[in-house]
Amino acid sequence: MNIAVTGLNATDNPGPGVPVIRSLRAAAEFSGRIIGLSYDSLDPGIYMENIADKSYLIPYPSSGLEPLFERIAYIHSREKLDVIIPTLDSELYGFIKLSERLRSLGIHTFLPTFDQLNLRAKDKLFDFCTVHSFKVPKNTLVSSLQDLHKIPNQFNYPVVVKGIFYDAYIAHNFNDVHAAFDKLRLKWGLPIIIQEHVTGDEFNVVALGDGSGASIGAVPMRKLYITDKGKGWAGVTVDDKALISLAADIVKALKWQSGLELEFIKSKETGEYFLLEINPRFPAWVHLATGAGQNLPYSLVKLARGEQVPQFKTYTIGTIFIRYSWDYITNMKEFEKLVVAGEK
Amino acid sequence: MNTYLVPESLAVSDSGFLFLASTGETFTLNEIGKDIFKMLQGGDTREAIEQKILELYDVERATFVRDFDDFINQLSSFKLIRTK
Amino acid sequence: MAEKKTYERPVVTKHQSGIMNKFGSGPSTSVRDNIDGVLIKDLAGKFGSPLFVLSEKTIRQNQRNAYRVFKNRYPRVQFAWSYKTNYLDAVCSVFHQEGSWAEVVSEFEYRKARALGIPGEHIIFNGPEKSIEALRTAIREGAMIHIDHFDELYHIVELTDTETLKARVAIRVNMDVGVYPLWDRFGFNYENGEAWQAIKRIVANPRLSLIGLHTHIGTYMMSAEAYRVAASKLAGLAKSMHDEFSITLDYIDVGGGFASQNTLIGQYLPAEEVVPSLEQYADAIASGLFQLSIKPEDLPTLILETGRALIDNAGYLITTVIANKRLSTGRRAIIVDAGVNLMFTSFWYKHKVQPAQQPSVHTEDAVIYGPLCMNIDVLRDGIVLPTLKQGDRLVLNHVGAYNMTQWMQFITMRPNVVMVMEDGTVELIRKAETLEYLAQQEVLPARLKEKKSR
Repeated sequence: MNIAVTGLNATDNPGPGVPVIRSLRAAAEFSGRIIGLSYDSLDPGIYMENIADKSYLIPYPSSGLEPLFERIAYIHSREKLDVIIPTLDSELYGFIKLSERLRSLGIHTFLPTFDQLNLRAKDKLFDFCTVHSFKVPKNTLVSSLQDLHKIPNQFNYPVVVKGIFYDAYIAHNFNDVHAAFDKLRLKWGLPIIIQEHVTGDEFNVVALGDGSGASIGAVPMRKLYITDKGKGWAGVTVDDKALISLAADIVKALKWQSGLELEFIKSKETGEYFLLEINPRFPAWVHLATGAGQNLPYSLVKLARGEQVPQFKTYTIGTIFIRYSWDYITNMKEFEKLVVAGEK
Repeated sequence: MNTYLVPESLAVSDSGFLFLASTGETFTLNEIGKDIFKMLQGGDTREAIEQKILELYDVERATFVRDFDDFINQLSSFKLIRTK
Repeated sequence: MAEKKTYERPVVTKHQSGIMNKFGSGPSTSVRDNIDGVLIKDLAGKFGSPLFVLSEKTIRQNQRNAYRVFKNRYPRVQFAWSYKTNYLDAVCSVFHQEGSWAEVVSEFEYRKARALGIPGEHIIFNGPEKSIEALRTAIREGAMIHIDHFDELYHIVELTDTETLKARVAIRVNMDVGVYPLWDRFGFNYENGEAWQAIKRIVANPRLSLIGLHTHIGTYMMSAEAYRVAASKLAGLAKSMHDEFSITLDYIDVGGGFASQNTLIGQYLPAEEVVPSLEQYADAIASGLFQLSIKPEDLPTLILETGRALIDNAGYLITTVIANKRLSTGRRAIIVDAGVNLMFTSFWYKHKVQPAQQPSVHTEDAVIYGPLCMNIDVLRDGIVLPTLKQGDRLVLNHVGAYNMTQWMQFITMRPNVVMVMEDGTVELIRKAETLEYLAQQEVLPARLKEKKSR
C-alpha cells in the first residue's frame, strides 16, 4: 500500500505531514511506500531520514486544479498511490474538488464535504455553535464603523478583535478596538470579528470522524510550552471526560469526515469549555495521539479504503511530546535533484 | 571585442544547476543557457559565442543577438558575470 | 551536417526561499491558437489587434445550461439579460433568441431593449435613477418597474393618477444575508420593516399592481448559502402578502451576482476551487423558495438576472506583444497593445492569459503592462509565461462581462469587436472607433481656431 502525504514543511510553524507519516510508519500492519508531496525544495520533511521514501514537488494550490491533477497523475503512474492525505488548510478545497477524479485513478481520499468545511469557517462558527448549543465566546461580525460603535454596549472589555482570515488583537478599550478594526480592515477586509475574551487555559483535541457522526478516536492535550509564534512546542495528554464527550458531540454535529483539531479555552471563572476554532485537518502534534495509543492517521487510511475501523476507547494519560529542531547535514547534490528534476 | 569575466567560485553542473560559492546563491539555467554559460566560462568572446550558437541551433542572428543581450543583462544583474 | 537543435531563448532563474518550486506559483501555460476553431492569427490579421472576440456558441451553451439547471429544481424559470454586463446588440440578441427578457438599469438601456424589439412587458426596469419621462414610457408600455425608493414610488403614483394608467410594479428589497458589505443602498430594507411598509402603500393604491419582489444581494457572491437566505426572506414576504392581502405574486426576482470562473486579485485559491457551481446556487435558491408553501399552480415565476456567469467565459481579448523589458529588479515585463482602459476587470481579476503560439519550454514570472503612459496600466501581475517575441499574440480569457460596457476611450480608441458564430463564420459586431468618430461629438469654438490668441 502506497500513501502520499502533503505538508512536509516541518518548520517553526509546522505542517502536519511529518507527524502523519511517522504515525503511518508506526502502524505495525503497514507495509508499503510513503511518498512526500511538497511545495518547496527546502521543505525539511523531504530530507529527514525514514520519513518519505521519495518526494515530489507539486504545484501550489494557487496554480489551479488541472496542473495539480496532471502532476498527481504523473506521480501515480510512477508510484501507484492508494491513498493521498492532504494535511494543509489551503489544499482542502482543491483536493475535495478532485476527489472523484482521483478515485477514478484508484486513489482514495478521506475528506470533509464543502458544506462541512464552510460550517466551521471563522465567520460561521458562532452560528454553528449557537444552533447546537456549544459554548462559544460571544461573537459578532462588524462591517461598518456604525456597527463598531455599538460594541461598548454589547461587550465587556477586554475583547478579541479578529480578522476574517488571520490575525487577532486583544483590545482593552474602545480606542484599541478602533485601532485594531482599522488595521484588520485594511489587511483582510470586512467583516471584522469581535469576540468576547474568555480567560483560562487552552486545551486542544485531535479527533477523527468517520463521516456518519461517530468519532473513531479523540485525544485531548494541554500545551505545556508555547513559542513566541503561539505554537505548542510541548504538550501532555490529559484526562477529562467532559472534554472528550464535548469533542464527540461536535464531530457528531458536523458529521465530520476526516481528521480535525478542536481548540478550546476552559473558562477560569466557570470551568466551562468554550470552542475557539475547528481546524479541518490533523494538527502538527497528531503523533502524540499515536504515542498515547490512538493511531488516528492510520485509521484514516483504513477508512479511506473503506475498511471497518474500531473506535478507540482509551489513551495513555500523561503522554508528553517535546518538539525539537535538528540540523540535517548534506551536500548540494540532494537539493539540486529537487530543484532541477522536481523529485528526489 | 567583447569578453566576460565569470567568478571563479562558480560551478555549473550538467543539469544546469549553478552554485555561486562566494555568496551561497543557487540558480537554474535552461539547456541553451547552460551551453552559453560554459562558453563564457571558457573565455569565448561574444562573437565566438554567437557563431557557435548559430551553428548549433536553428535561430536567426537578429533574434539571438537580442536574446543574448537580455541573457547577459540577467547574468550581470545576478552578479554571475562582469564585462571585461 | 547534423540537424540543428530547436532554439529557445537562454534564461537563468535565481532560486528564492519560499518559492523553490519548479512548477512555479501560477498556472502552467497552455496554448490557445483558436477560438471556436477560428485561428487567432487569422482573427487578428483580419480585424486588427487588440480585438475583443465573443463566442456565440458559448453564450448559447451557458444560457441553455443555466436554464436547465434551474428548471430542474423549480417549475417556473425566466431569465432576463442584464444589459449593463454587456449591451452590444449582437450579444443581447443572442440572449433574447434564447428566450431571455431584458433587465435594464437606465433609460438608455431601456430604449436599447425596445429598439431590439423587446416588448415593454418583457423589460425589467431596475436602478435608482428613472426619470419621469422614462417612468411614463415604462408605465405605458407595461414594463416591470422595480421601485428603488419612496420618492420613486411617489412619482409613479403621480403619473398613474394624472394619466389614469395602471402600473406593473415590484419593489427591490435589501437584506442581511450574512455576506458583507450589505447592499443596503438599493431598495427597501427587509429587517427594519421598510419593505413591508412599501408593500402596504402599493397594495393600498388601486392603480398599482404589485406583481413581484426583487432583490440583488451583491456581486461575485462566493456563498451559495446567501441566496438561500435571500430567497427564503422573499418567500416569507410573499407568504405574508398572500395571507394578509390575498395577493399571489407573478414572480420573485433574485437578481444576479453569481461568481464567474475568474480569480479575484488577492484571492489565493483559484476561482475554480472556491466558486460555487451553478447547481449549488440553484439548489440554494430553490430550497429557499420552497418555503413558500403555496399550491404548485400558484408558485411565482423565478426570475434570474444572471449576467457575469453567462457571458464572462464567452469573451476573449486578443492582444499583441509590443516589447519585452527587464525591470530594475531583474523581473520580466511584457508590454502589450491593450490597456486597462479596455480591460477594467484587470483591476480586480487575475485573468487567465494564454499565448496564441507554441510556447518555449522555459517559463518565467512576469508582469503584463498595457500601452498607456500611466503607471496603473497593469493587465496582469505575477503570471508565469513562456518567453515571447515582439508581435506574438496573447489571449486574455473570461473578459465577456463588464469590459465591453465599462471600457473607455482614453489615450487609445476602443477596438473592433467580433463574434465567432456557431457556423464558424466571423461577424464584426462593433467597429473600431476612429478619430473622426471621436471628433463628431466635439465643438471647437471659432475663436479658438485662430493660430494665435489675440
